[in-house]
Amino acid sequence: MYPSSLIEETVVRLLRDSECRLPPDVHAALRGALDKETEEMPRSQLLAILSNVDMAAERSVPMCQDTGLPVFFVRGRCDHRVLEAIRKGVARATEEIPLRPNSVDPVSRQNFGGNLGNGMPPVHVEPADTGHLDLAVLPKGAGSENWSALRMLNPSEGMEGVRRFVIECVVNAGSRPCPPVVVGVGIGGTADMACALAKKALLRRLGSRNGDDALASLGSTLLSQINSLGLGPMGLGGSTTCLGVLMEKAHCHTASLPVAVSLNCWAARKAFARVYPDGRVRFSQEGFD
Amino acid sequence: MSVREIRAPLDEKEARSLRAGDIVSLSGELLTARDEAHMRILVMLRDGRGIPFRLEGAAIYHCGPIMRSDEGWKVVAAGPTTSARMDRLAPEVVRQCHPRLMIGKGGMSSETLEAMKEVGCAYLAFPGGAAVLAAQALPEVLEVHWEDLGMPEAVWRMRVEGMGPLVVAMDSHGRSLFKEVEDAVRKRSVLL
Repeated sequence: MYPSSLIEETVVRLLRDSECRLPPDVHAALRGALDKETEEMPRSQLLAILSNVDMAAERSVPMCQDTGLPVFFVRGRCDHRVLEAIRKGVARATEEIPLRPNSVDPVSRQNFGGNLGNGMPPVHVEPADTGHLDLAVLPKGAGSENWSALRMLNPSEGMEGVRRFVIECVVNAGSRPCPPVVVGVGIGGTADMACALAKKALLRRLGSRNGDDALASLGSTLLSQINSLGLGPMGLGGSTTCLGVLMEKAHCHTASLPVAVSLNCWAARKAFARVYPDGRVRFSQEGFD
Repeated sequence: MSVREIRAPLDEKEARSLRAGDIVSLSGELLTARDEAHMRILVMLRDGRGIPFRLEGAAIYHCGPIMRSDEGWKVVAAGPTTSARMDRLAPEVVRQCHPRLMIGKGGMSSETLEAMKEVGCAYLAFPGGAAVLAAQALPEVLEVHWEDLGMPEAVWRMRVEGMGPLVVAMDSHGRSLFKEVEDAVRKRSVLL
């Protein structure tokens, strides 16, 4: 019911917006961080980052050379034609924007260009009987993705166990995921679901309060504790290590407590589109909710 | 903050004059090398073959750029990649090839720092992700080697003009700013 050419066109636009323009919530958080930092070292890093963001937007070029792997989230009435149109859009965007061809065979490391290949791009589909199709893209660079982690906690460790694990992940990652980071946390589900929830959490708006009170309180405790570590922008010291802690949860087995962490670099890229059957498309970089 | 101007290639004495905490701006030329290029360099050296570019005195940039081919290559975006990935290979490259600068983000291990100390090499940190800012300082591609490795992994030799801010984050006297921050972070995290 959604023409393939419309989906393909929408995907190219989503990739261009997300790669070249920092979402307004992330931009505001970085400017806020600059106001808070008093030392010259963290300020020099944030000033360079902010001027880079402006230059990328002006010239409509990717803000970071690691344009990542584009992770898609689709909600609505979706079939194989939508997935095929997403693949076409990714190949076109790689050529037109251009994006760096990052997808390789994991064994031979061969790169065929185009950012496609077996299983690429990842698309998370949530079938829903809605009158529109929601598409979101989260381009994820390897610098941050390489610090993803999953732990199957003992249920008796509870939210205190979750808190400790998240802190441990940020400390272990240190300077390498390009802080200040955004921290996505997935709690519950199965092992695979927890990882997907941590990714999905990164689509949430920075500064928005989680509707779940327990998660909202854990998120704000974690944010202030991570920022008390002193890691700072790019790991060179400072008071801004984290721009936000975002969480999603799902029910899990009574004997399990899975928790997954997905870190995002300061270039916390995302873009959203809402496609209507009559061909209208709304675009946003902060989501529609 | 006073910014010191340096040029690459450079000699050991100049590399050793760089001290952790200095802020520098780089001109001259540099070569990109990531995981695959480091591996190929070492394989060729072990086989007794020469490598097709000069690393003695060079600035090695840990970077996989986005390039556009448009009447010759143009740099679109070229920020640093995570240098720690090269830790398995860099000490041997530093000892055998004597580059004087490594540029990247996030810092490198104490094993790499030890090799840098022996040979006289400094590590410069460029803000990660600041790819357009970096591209602006890379006005010309001089040559490209090993294109078969793919765009990000190929070795791009480029002219560099006023690249900065670059922080001397690891020097040839054994000091690493990243290590100092990381140690303090670990101490604080235990108390949380």
